[in-house]
Amino acid sequence: MLELNQQNQPLQELRDIKKMMERSSRFISLSGLSGIAAGICGLAGAAIAAEILDNYYGHYELKGGYDSQDFSDLKNRLLLLAILVFMVAFTSSFLFTWRKARKQNIPLWNMTSRKLFWNMLIPLSAGAVFIYAMLRMDDWIYVAPSCLIFYGLALVNASKYTFTDVRFLGYGQILLGLVNMFFIGKGLYFWAAGFGFLHIVYGGIMWWKYERAD
Amino acid sequence: MDFCILFMGALCGGNMKGLTKLIQVKFLILKNPITGLNKVFESRIRLGVMSILMVNEEVNFNDLKQMLEVTDGNLATHLVNLEENGFIKIHKGFVGKKTNTTYTITKTGEKAFTDHITALESMIKGVK
Repeated sequence: MLELNQQNQPLQELRDIKKMMERSSRFISLSGLSGIAAGICGLAGAAIAAEILDNYYGHYELKGGYDSQDFSDLKNRLLLLAILVFMVAFTSSFLFTWRKARKQNIPLWNMTSRKLFWNMLIPLSAGAVFIYAMLRMDDWIYVAPSCLIFYGLALVNASKYTFTDVRFLGYGQILLGLVNMFFIGKGLYFWAAGFGFLHIVYGGIMWWKYERAD
Repeated sequence: MDFCILFMGALCGGNMKGLTKLIQVKFLILKNPITGLNKVFESRIRLGVMSILMVNEEVNFNDLKQMLEVTDGNLATHLVNLEENGFIKIHKGFVGKKTNTTYTITKTGEKAFTDHITALESMIKGVK
């Protein structure tokens, strides 16, 4: 701002204009490390889920048949795990983004993050109701693909209000979800690929592109 | 323009000094992009408001204040100035019982701002 050199003044002014336009239209504090953190949580969650499922099928074979108590335990454990993974992933991603916002001296809750939040929330809530309705009918086979598809749609929608790279993460999730529709029963692998692997790759690229310098 | 200068030169009665001065003025008008710079945008805050409104359809007072890091009074003065110049439009509305004033850019404002940017760009090119 206080550039007094005549030659640099217009350049500095253009830079300020560009910065103001960016800051006011896109949320630029989203950290790549948040993606990596979410991905690691996703992978860890998938590994624990696989362990729980192994355990369940172990019992299933031992008893030589279906046990309703075992099955309801399984459902509760998986649900609890899902909630825990979501909470840990959300908190750790939040921390990295909060840290980046503080470094950039941008308030975390501003016009752009508000827009990002709402645009993410709309497809996600639609997905949540959709999945809840399927579960009510004990129709669980499309739960994993639906999670991926709705999450992907939310990302594509939200990419207008943050780095455009988020759009590609969204495309990836949608694609994985759609393919998963034709491989029912392999949901856990697709979840690990989407919520784990893709997040880590995306986060790594984002970090490399925008944050490596600081 | 050349014709104009000749005409003015004739008026000067062949006074060569006056003619050279006129040619210099013409040169300045053509070469100096500073003429395209807008005085209104000399203020950092006014320039900031315009930059934000260029890329956002509608922005309210508090968001502008937060992004530009200015006080209420300071921002209000600059907004009034921009409105008087016909660059922005003020919309008074309500959210519940609280007033919610939002601002949009006008066609005149958009034109003035893009002209200003073009002038800045040509200044940089001129330096190189």
